[in-house]
Amino acid sequence: MEFVESKAPAVDLRVSIGSLSLKNPIMTASGTFGYAKEFEPYVNLHRLGAVVVKGISLLPRGGNPPPRIIETSCGMLNAIGLENVGVERFISEKMDSLKGVNVPVVVNILGDTVQEYREISKRLADVDGIAAIEVNISCPNVKKGGVAFGTVPEMAAAVTAAVKESCSVPVIVKLSPNVSDITVIARAVEEAGADAVSLINTLIGMAIDHHTRRPVLANVIGGLSGPAIKPVALRMVFQVSQAVAIPVIGIGGIETVDDVIQFMLAGATAVQIGTANFINPRASEEAVEGLSRYVVDQQLRSVRELIGGLILAD
Amino acid sequence: MSQIQEKTQVIRLEQLTSDIVRLTLDAPEISSIASPGQFVMIRTGNTSDPLLRRPFSISQTSSDGSFQILFKVVGRGTSLLSHCRKGEYLSVLGPLGRGYRIDPHRLACLVGGGMGIAPLLFLGKTIMRKYPDQGPVVVLGAKNREELAPLIDDFADLGLKVHVATDDGSLGHHGLLTDVLKALDLGPQCTTYVCGPKPMMTAVHLFCRSKHYGCQVSVETSMACGMGACLGCIVPLEKGGYGHSCSDGPVFDAEELVWSL
Repeated sequence: MEFVESKAPAVDLRVSIGSLSLKNPIMTASGTFGYAKEFEPYVNLHRLGAVVVKGISLLPRGGNPPPRIIETSCGMLNAIGLENVGVERFISEKMDSLKGVNVPVVVNILGDTVQEYREISKRLADVDGIAAIEVNISCPNVKKGGVAFGTVPEMAAAVTAAVKESCSVPVIVKLSPNVSDITVIARAVEEAGADAVSLINTLIGMAIDHHTRRPVLANVIGGLSGPAIKPVALRMVFQVSQAVAIPVIGIGGIETVDDVIQFMLAGATAVQIGTANFINPRASEEAVEGLSRYVVDQQLRSVRELIGGLILAD
Repeated sequence: MSQIQEKTQVIRLEQLTSDIVRLTLDAPEISSIASPGQFVMIRTGNTSDPLLRRPFSISQTSSDGSFQILFKVVGRGTSLLSHCRKGEYLSVLGPLGRGYRIDPHRLACLVGGGMGIAPLLFLGKTIMRKYPDQGPVVVLGAKNREELAPLIDDFADLGLKVHVATDDGSLGHHGLLTDVLKALDLGPQCTTYVCGPKPMMTAVHLFCRSKHYGCQVSVETSMACGMGACLGCIVPLEKGGYGHSCSDGPVFDAEELVWSL
């Protein structure tokens, strides 16, 4: 898949995620960037490495009742409940405008069963303009008592294999941090054929209103995101990038180019900016600009020199 | 829909009561395209805590390129904002959402409770400018005289007759704003434009339904982004499912929403 450059890039920010070449490593995280259209007033979308759209399920989902979000110290909890228009409406209503913005589109998918993941992937396989599929494996497996796919290596591998068999675009598996050893899951999905892993999804947390003695979120528990989780995300990216050979995409509390550089040093080939989009809708484009300046200032031949460049000992 | 992220400068910060503040921001781009009932998202500080912007409805715009918001200090975000200084820069996203839809063929009645009074001033001014013969009826309520008195003058300055109620009777009718509303002769054709606490909006909605009046309400929900991405700001809809108060609202036709009666 090729994407038109308005002019020849002066600075080499290119990275590869499997067979997918990105003009820079800055992506937007699923669920924080809508279907990209929402950010058109603020961002030159074609300048981003890629956009990852809101997670899509086989059938539309209405999501959880309110309240769905609450701010916490340096972060926020959300329990949106994967509200989305479903794969058919996504294709018929959202893909046209996405194709128009001239940026690689990564479609995030989710399901309740392995079969659902397989069916969505098959449906998307025929659709023009999809650069890659990102698989959210943090969802509960309804056939296995609601245990999240992403917490059991065999289940994570089964989902990965099903998606791989069903489509020809690169498959990125988005890992849950709510496990005892994330490297075990990462290796399992790599073995099952994943072209890349992205991490971390949100950390499960909760908030309590002590005046009412009730949970703040209607769903009781929710996913923590924002700068509060960055140290955990950095640690996991570091560990996973040592454990697998496939590219790692870093996610978790990234707001600025400094954060981007830190994740790349820890081993990330690319990054996704999430919650920061809510506060500064231009965060992703500003990160691209900042990274370009950094590569020039540091006289790097390419941004790829940063990947895994962490200095551990003298 | 046109939206802008604008670097605005604080022109004036007025402490109207011990905890109610009026903030005037120089924001020529946002001010020039805003319409009544729309809102802005303001970053209250430059650090990660508090992390999220705060939503405020636009209380009025001025031809000098400024707009005003009105807020009560209720938490850390509003507390920080109440301490900003003249000349300071604040990042503002806006104007956001769908505002009030003025029906020029019906008598307009603006009904505001507490801080919900804020967007109605913008609406009142706009109706007066566009439909000068309309002369909207204004009904305002608050806890007490201290809270309500500073907010009435702007409406009176427009030449509008303001009917008031306070919970403690220290100004106007002693009791509910809906008592005042019910006692008014609004004729057969009226649309109410409402903003305030939920119980008050519920009561106004029920009154309007009984009179076959139009009723547009501005809802307040927590939200992270204000632009349709976080999907946090939902309100249950009568037809089933949810609407998003940032993009489908914040102003809804009262009949669209689910009310706990």
